[in-house]
Amino acid sequence: MDRSLRVLGISAYYHDSAAALVDNGDIVAAAQEERFTRRKHDSGFPKNAIQYCLAEAGLRLGDLNYVVFYDKPFLKFERLLETYTAIAPQGFPSFQKALPVWIKEKLFQRDILRTELQAIDNNFDGRNRLLFSEHHLSHAASAFFPSPFAEAAVLTLDGVGEWATTSLAVGRGNSLTVLKEINFPHSLGLLYSAFTYYAGFKVNSGEYKLMGLAPYGTPRYADLIRDNLIDIKADGSFRLNMAFFGYLGSLRMINKRFERLFGLKARRPEHPVDPRHMDIAASIQAVTEEVMIRLSRSIAAETGQRHLCLAGGVALNCVANGKILRDGRFDDIWIQPAAGDAGGAIGAALAVHHLHADQSRIAVPTDAMRGAYLGPEFSQRDIEDRLTRAGARFTTLQPERLLTTATESLVDQEALGWFQRRMEFGPRALGARSIVADARSSSMQSVLNLKVKFRESFRPFAPSVLAEDCRDWFALDRPSPYMLLVAEVCDSKRLPLPQGTEQFTGLDKLKLQRSLVPAVTHVDYSARVQTVHEETNPKYHRLLSLFKAKTGCPVLVNTSFNVRGEPIVCTPEDAFHCFMGTEMDTLAIGDSFLRKGEQDPALLQTYQDKFTPD
Amino acid sequence: MDTLRELWAFLKVRKKFWLLPIIVISIMLGGLLIFAQTSALAPLIYTLF
Repeated sequence: MDRSLRVLGISAYYHDSAAALVDNGDIVAAAQEERFTRRKHDSGFPKNAIQYCLAEAGLRLGDLNYVVFYDKPFLKFERLLETYTAIAPQGFPSFQKALPVWIKEKLFQRDILRTELQAIDNNFDGRNRLLFSEHHLSHAASAFFPSPFAEAAVLTLDGVGEWATTSLAVGRGNSLTVLKEINFPHSLGLLYSAFTYYAGFKVNSGEYKLMGLAPYGTPRYADLIRDNLIDIKADGSFRLNMAFFGYLGSLRMINKRFERLFGLKARRPEHPVDPRHMDIAASIQAVTEEVMIRLSRSIAAETGQRHLCLAGGVALNCVANGKILRDGRFDDIWIQPAAGDAGGAIGAALAVHHLHADQSRIAVPTDAMRGAYLGPEFSQRDIEDRLTRAGARFTTLQPERLLTTATESLVDQEALGWFQRRMEFGPRALGARSIVADARSSSMQSVLNLKVKFRESFRPFAPSVLAEDCRDWFALDRPSPYMLLVAEVCDSKRLPLPQGTEQFTGLDKLKLQRSLVPAVTHVDYSARVQTVHEETNPKYHRLLSLFKAKTGCPVLVNTSFNVRGEPIVCTPEDAFHCFMGTEMDTLAIGDSFLRKGEQDPALLQTYQDKFTPD
Repeated sequence: MDTLRELWAFLKVRKKFWLLPIIVISIMLGGLLIFAQTSALAPLIYTLF
């Protein structure tokens, strides 16, 4: 018989620290530390996130049965030592950076965690209640256990954990069995990161930009990559040719030989994007998709499963996810919305619940992530107090009046900050901490990129669409609540291109209006769709419904409520500061409505330089 | 001491006793490196360690 079990999962010390609380199998709270500390990808001990999770559940650390860390430090140390031994003396530059970190801290992770946890609650029994889960098991658990499937194949792909970089598993009921793994240094995530660096973006945060850049180019280097950098087998397993990569022993992802292969130096950050970089982005995207599709086919054949779950940072490659879905080997796929390391906190906690404690599992028909709305929420009174203290001038409206006012703002082509209910867990803003705007506007993509988000002009925006209207606008026949599937805009919503523009290349492609919703239609007609459901986000659903009633269009631009390099806003104060530092026009926080023109000009701030660009 | 005991148990489970001398040398060398250390951050590479 099941018994009550409370588990806190922690992800920390590498990137994207987070905490998640699982109470008797239910995910009651989860948050990333960066949202509280305002440091993007904060890797520190997630003290604030833990305190939030405990407060949300009304518990103290001492009330928990277990705290679990999302990977195993000794296994990682083993990988480091074996790697350095294998390549000695070449790896000394990396060795001399890594060793001090390990000797001072990481080797003593259990002690450090125990000390940090006991600083939160001295009653926590760090000797018997602190567990460690393997990195890829945490990812696999985060993919399968919250999924809507009773059984499924599970594929996890990321940079690297301890040894594994890719794992194929099968989940049934409350069990999860790893069938195969591909180990470091052969890593699809690190391959993609190497190209991210080569294209001039920041490793471990710019991968999205590379994916967004790909449709501007043609995959003319794909064969060069296949012939030289990666050997892809029929079953999707692969080996990298380490002669071209630097990450084994140096402090660079790639080496000179890599640059010589493409006949092009690595692009320097913030320098103009060369058309060849676009082709390189298109090429590595094509190769990545090929590996992911082959892996998904082989796991489908091997397990006979009709459902697939995905996690790990590579599973955020929503273009590849969409192609796996359309490949038809699986009836349905489900991707953990916090597919990166933050989601490891949820996975580790669920792994303890179902695997370590052998607690039963009943798949939730929608899924168990609650729409990913697992973070802090603020009462209306608290919002008003906080806004008043921040010096904001606002009007509090009846709920329906707020929605009509917000709709009018959108129809008037204004960029609206939308801050409602519980914050999202994971990298995507899903209508709780979002900036929304009219997707029909041909200038909105450029306005939002340059004046609101302060980011590169080529980057696409994603649409939120009423779930019930999705099929009318996008070639997608199922829910995509987490913005993790890419689908094409329906033919009926496309516009004919003016004659002579078919030859447009590179960023010139941006100038063309391709559909009735140009602000969310990428240059290849693709869109990273978020379906909005009344059950999980009724207020946002109502906003879209009102916008549709006014305009006939059930689609809005939805981008995260932050600027480039800033973590997504967490509190009303964060939202107000971001609002005052950008050219956002209006802001709805709870039932309070703010207009830029009514604010104290003395509170306007230069926001663009406040955060290091990512 | 707990960490050393756990590390020994880990080597036993993984049957990787050959790592022991490497660990000892690495820890000694690492101790020396701590003195010369500036920053552990390497911005151009994935956080492999």
